Amino acid sequence: MSSQGLTSGGRSVTTAPSGVLARTTTALSRNPRARLALLLSAPMFWLVVLYLGSLATMFAASVWQVDSFTGQVQRTFTWDNFHTLLTNSVYRTIALRTVMVALIVTVLSAVIAVPVALLMAKGLRSSRTRALLVIAISMPLWANYLVKGYAWRIMFDERGVLDWALHPLGGHTPGLGLTATTVALLYLWLPYMILPVYAAFERLPNSLIDAAFDLGGRPWFAFRTVILPLVMPGVIAGSIFTFSLTLGDYIMVKIVGRATQLYANVVYDNIGVAGDLPFAAAAAVFPVLVVVGYLVAVRRTGALESL
Amino acid sequence: MLIPRHVRRVLIGVTAVVLLFIHIPLLVVLVNSFNTSRVFGWPPRGLTTQWWSRAVENEGVRSALLTSIKAASAATVLALVLGTMTAFAVSRYRFFGRSVISLVVVLPIALPGIVTGMALNAAFTTTLKPLGIGFGLFTVILGHTTFCVVVVFNNVVARLQRVGVSLQEASADLGARPWTTARLVTFPLLRSALVAGGVLAFGLSFDEIVVTTFTSGPGLQTLPQWIFNNLFRPNQGPIVNAVAAGLLLLSVAPIWAATKLSADPASASGRL
Repeated sequence: MSSQGLTSGGRSVTTAPSGVLARTTTALSRNPRARLALLLSAPMFWLVVLYLGSLATMFAASVWQVDSFTGQVQRTFTWDNFHTLLTNSVYRTIALRTVMVALIVTVLSAVIAVPVALLMAKGLRSSRTRALLVIAISMPLWANYLVKGYAWRIMFDERGVLDWALHPLGGHTPGLGLTATTVALLYLWLPYMILPVYAAFERLPNSLIDAAFDLGGRPWFAFRTVILPLVMPGVIAGSIFTFSLTLGDYIMVKIVGRATQLYANVVYDNIGVAGDLPFAAAAAVFPVLVVVGYLVAVRRTGALESL
Repeated sequence: MLIPRHVRRVLIGVTAVVLLFIHIPLLVVLVNSFNTSRVFGWPPRGLTTQWWSRAVENEGVRSALLTSIKAASAATVLALVLGTMTAFAVSRYRFFGRSVISLVVVLPIALPGIVTGMALNAAFTTTLKPLGIGFGLFTVILGHTTFCVVVVFNNVVARLQRVGVSLQEASADLGARPWTTARLVTFPLLRSALVAGGVLAFGLSFDEIVVTTFTSGPGLQTLPQWIFNNLFRPNQGPIVNAVAAGLLLLSVAPIWAATKLSADPASASGRL
C-alpha cells in the first residue's frame, strides 16, 4: 500500500502552500525510503535519544553511589543500592503493600467495570442515553488529578462527608490512611478500566450476546463461559493501567494516606529529601521490571492492541 | 432485547451506584467551595462566594495557571507533530523495527509516571546540568511531550486505518499534486482525530504532577503543583477548594468539545 507513495505525514500538518514546498513534496513522493526516513527522524530522535536514553541513564545511575563524605555522585559500579533494597525489611514491606494495593485496585475496578461497560455497550436501546452514560462515566477522567485527591481528602476527613453520613447509623469514617488511599486510587483509575472494557464489548456482535443469553441456560453461566472470555483482552488492557499507575503513585498517598508509604514514595523521598540519585534510580527499577514483565506476559492475549 | 430483563436490572443497579461513587466526591468539592467557614467541616455552615474571588485574585494561582497553559500548549504542539509523523510511518510503511516503534511510543504511558520522571531527572542531571541548562519550563515541556505523543499517535493511527488510502489514490489519479492531496484530502480526513488527540494531550499535560515534579526547577510551579504545595497549609484551605472547584468546571469543556466534534462520544472521548 505504501509503494503508491501518495501521502506524507509532515505535509498534512504544515500549512504553507509555497512552491518550494510543493516541489519538495512532489520529489519526496517519488522516493518512499527518503520519505520514511524523514517521517521517522524527529520522532526517533525524541523517543530513542531522549526517552530510551533517559531510561538507560537511569539504569546506569542505579549502580552508582553517592560519596557519603562529599555528597557527590560517584560513577563507579556497585550493587549496593540493590542489595539494600532487597535486604532491608522496610523496603520489602513497602513493596509488598504496594503490590497488594495495586492488586485490590485492579480486581475491584474490573469487577465494577464489566457490568457497567456491558450496560453501556449492549444494554441500552437509545443511543442518546448511551451517549449520556458514556459522558457521565468518563467525566472523572477529565477532572484534575489533584482535585480528585482533594475530594477524597474531604470525604474521609475526621469532620468530613463520610463521618457525617455514617454518624446517624452509628458509624465512623476510617479516616485518612491506607483504606482512603485504596479507595482514592480505585476512583482515579476506574475510567482507565471501564473504557477499554467498553471498547471490547462494543466489538462483540449483538447476535453473539443474544445467542449466549438465549441458549446458555442461566444468565450467569452464559456470562461466565461466553461473554467474559471475549472481553478479557479489554480487562487486561485496563489492568495494565490500574497496576502500573498504582505502582507509580506517590502523590495520592501523601494527600489521603497520612503517614502511609507506597513504593513510589521511596523513589521520591530519595531524590527530593535525601538527594540520593543513584538509590532513587535503583528503586525505580522495580516498577519497570514488574510492568515490563506484565506487558510481555499479556502480549499473547492481544491486549496491547486494545490499549 | 439482547440482555434478559432481570440481568439488565442488576446492571442498571450497579451502574447507578457507580455513578453516585463517581459524582458525589466532585459535587462535594463544588458545594464546599462556597462554605463560609475557614476551617473545613461538613456540612457547610453558610454560603459565600468570597473564596472564589480571592482565588481569582491570588498571584500564586495566576502565575501557576499561566505556567500550566504554557507547558501544555508547547507539549501539545510538539506531540501533534511527532505523533502524526510516527503514525504515518507506522501505518503507511512496512519496515524493520516497526512493531518495536509501536511499543516504544506506548512505553512512556505504560510505565509508571515515577519511572519516566526518574529517568528524565537522571538524564537531565547528568547531561543538561553540565551544559549549563538548568531545570525549568524547558525541561518540563520535554517531559510532558514524551508522554503526550502516544495519545496523538493512537488517535491518528486509528483514523488512518479506518480511512485507508483509496481517497488519496483517487486524488492522485485525478491529477492532484501530493501537496494538494495532503491539504484537501488527507488533512480533512484527519482533522477530528488531530483535535481529539490534541485535546487529550493538552488535558494530560495540564493535569500532570509526577513527571512535572521530577523535571521542574526551583521557583517554577504548575497549577497542580500549586494545589499540592498549598493543600497542607490550613489557612489556604478555602482558596485551594475554590481553585479545585474552578478546575472541575473547566474540565467539562473538553467533554463538551468532544461531543460537538463527533456523533459517537465514546470514540471522541479519545483513545488512551
